[in-house]
Amino acid sequence: MSGIVSYGAYVPSHKIETGEIASVWGADGSAWAKNLNVYSKSVPGPDEDVITISVEATRQAMQRAKLSGDKIGAIYTGSESHPYAVKPTSTIVAEAIGATPHLTAVDYEFACKAGTAAIQSCLGMVGDGQVENGIAIGVDTSQGAPGDALEYSASAGGGALIIGSKKVIAEINHTTSYTTDTPDFWRREGQKYPRHGGRFTGKPAFFKHVISCGMKTMEMAGTEAKDYNYIVTHQPNGKFPMRAAKSLGFNAEQFETGLLTPRIGNTYSGAVFLGLAAILDVAKPGDRILAVAYGSGAGSDGFDITVTNQIKKINRSETVEDMIARMKIVNYATYAKYRGKLNMGASN
Amino acid sequence: MRDVSVIGIGITKFGELWDMSLRELGLKTGLAAISDAGITSKDIDALYIGNMAAGSTLQQEHVSALIADYCGLTSQNVPATRVEAASASGGLAIRQAYMAISGGFIDVAVVGGAEKMTDVSDSESSYTVSMGSDEQWESQAGATFASLHAMIAQSHMDEFGTSREELSAVSEKNHYHASMNPMAQFPFQINGDAVSNSGMVSSPLRMLDCAPNSDGGAAVVLCATEKAKKFKKKGVRIIGSGQASDTLSLHHREHINRLPAIGIAAKRAFKSCGKKASDIDLIEVHDNFTISEIIALEEIGIFKRGKAAVMSLNGETRLGGKIAVNTSGGLKARGHAPGATGIAQIIEIVQQLRGEAGDRQVEGAKIGMTENHGGTAATAVVHILEAE
Repeated sequence: MSGIVSYGAYVPSHKIETGEIASVWGADGSAWAKNLNVYSKSVPGPDEDVITISVEATRQAMQRAKLSGDKIGAIYTGSESHPYAVKPTSTIVAEAIGATPHLTAVDYEFACKAGTAAIQSCLGMVGDGQVENGIAIGVDTSQGAPGDALEYSASAGGGALIIGSKKVIAEINHTTSYTTDTPDFWRREGQKYPRHGGRFTGKPAFFKHVISCGMKTMEMAGTEAKDYNYIVTHQPNGKFPMRAAKSLGFNAEQFETGLLTPRIGNTYSGAVFLGLAAILDVAKPGDRILAVAYGSGAGSDGFDITVTNQIKKINRSETVEDMIARMKIVNYATYAKYRGKLNMGASN
Repeated sequence: MRDVSVIGIGITKFGELWDMSLRELGLKTGLAAISDAGITSKDIDALYIGNMAAGSTLQQEHVSALIADYCGLTSQNVPATRVEAASASGGLAIRQAYMAISGGFIDVAVVGGAEKMTDVSDSESSYTVSMGSDEQWESQAGATFASLHAMIAQSHMDEFGTSREELSAVSEKNHYHASMNPMAQFPFQINGDAVSNSGMVSSPLRMLDCAPNSDGGAAVVLCATEKAKKFKKKGVRIIGSGQASDTLSLHHREHINRLPAIGIAAKRAFKSCGKKASDIDLIEVHDNFTISEIIALEEIGIFKRGKAAVMSLNGETRLGGKIAVNTSGGLKARGHAPGATGIAQIIEIVQQLRGEAGDRQVEGAKIGMTENHGGTAATAVVHILEAE
């Protein structure tokens, strides 16, 4: 059966605390942190973008699987913050890991679920025998406008999954999607910051799609919440994923390992990849995982996953928790500089 | 002058109605009211629409023709009129229809109110609502209705010793009433401490002192009482109606903690039917903020000035108290869809006087009253209704 051959993750080494952001805007930091269940968020350095993060995560995945670039037939990178409007991220990643030129490489966009759509594409290619292995990447360095609610959560990070049919560490038993046209969050061409529909992003958007897709995935698998050791969903803040998981019948023990947003913020396309990576870092053979992504616009991708004995044969250091532990706090001034929020006047 | 009866009602649940457009709200509630009245579209002489914000929130003006069109009334060329007076739009639309029927110009009118406030961002809806204040003196200078009412509340506290606990009791009571109203936006109870500890909006007003900006629709059918016999529904008569205006800017008034237009509109309504405050069994007042309910009860004369707050804390405004205030849950807990709010108030009184209010029924209710105002009560509309 096709599944995950290897995985990689990357979290930037800087973070800013919610209270620091709130203090700049005269807001109540503890109230914001509590309401969002986000206490700090990652901050990419000035030389980091979706490409560098994708390369870091993919290299870790390649090293774990001890694969060479010529074994990779496809690379799909899902993000809503690709550095280039025209010019793929995926080709640069392919070059960096030595996978060129005999492969296909494309960038995907579907808000925060473009990366999981890439997993499904890879499954199709591997299942059809068109490629031996494909790489699905989910990464973002998204931003919220200064002072907007999004600024408290929008962060950076991502992961990569090598999808194949040999030496899989986790089988993907079932996958399905749930898609509607629901305009809850968007960014038009040329705009620097996204806009969102406030509370409309909740019930008719995130919850409807994640819960419906999660239920459908379990229906296909013939499973119930109690059959899973872990669940990871998209996590735009620290509260939505807990509510969605509980609605699906899961408890804290099942969702806490993959819930990273309270400490690293919302990594958008990277969120499910990082949460899944944190789970795979500690998972045992036979563990079952339900993963449900969400992308505004809107859609969800669901995956029913079973960890295999092969996971014991790969090197699982450096873990996501190791990356989070090394994060250093920066102040708002440094954050503003790193994120290009300073107006440099004529010299800019 | 002819007597006027309410012979049909229709209302949606208030809240975040993201799957319903303005025209659907108008159509759904209009049809429900017509069906409740047992009339057909051929019986309708006029349509009045209360709406405050469609131009700003939906880029749609001329909503009277729009609603008439979608209700199928244009085939008979039924005259349709939009009425706008900020949050008093609904109550004022009722009054326009009431006067047209009472004056003998028409026999049957449908009065609908509909508003969509949640299809735009919170900041956009707040900006739209602020258009009901004085743009030159207030909103352009940054004043919001929350901040204006905060000044009113602070002044009331300073002059009469109104306390935080008393303000919270108003919100707690309205949520208690809403817990029995299936059409309420927030049909659950909260305690006073939750109100007192909710997030600060504009001192001393906290989040749970403030009514939401809601989507919602409400419609009634008004009919000349002498013509109502041919229709199936037992009517509730509108026996009194009063309206008054005041300076648009709060600071142009003699007292910052008085809303005199409410009292004057009430006096005019009482005078028109020969009733007095002590005759009222229940009342729906415009509690866009907790302080507004307290002052409205004082202006109308339900309680002496400076006494409504303590009466609220003592449970006298609760179901079973001296007078049941806002049995619907009020703007705070039923929800506040500006164009529909004044009509929803009438519907609550009609349901009560028909004896159809379920668990929140005021036993033996014979006479009810509504008070609907716009802005800081620069427009106030009061109606008195009696069971037939």
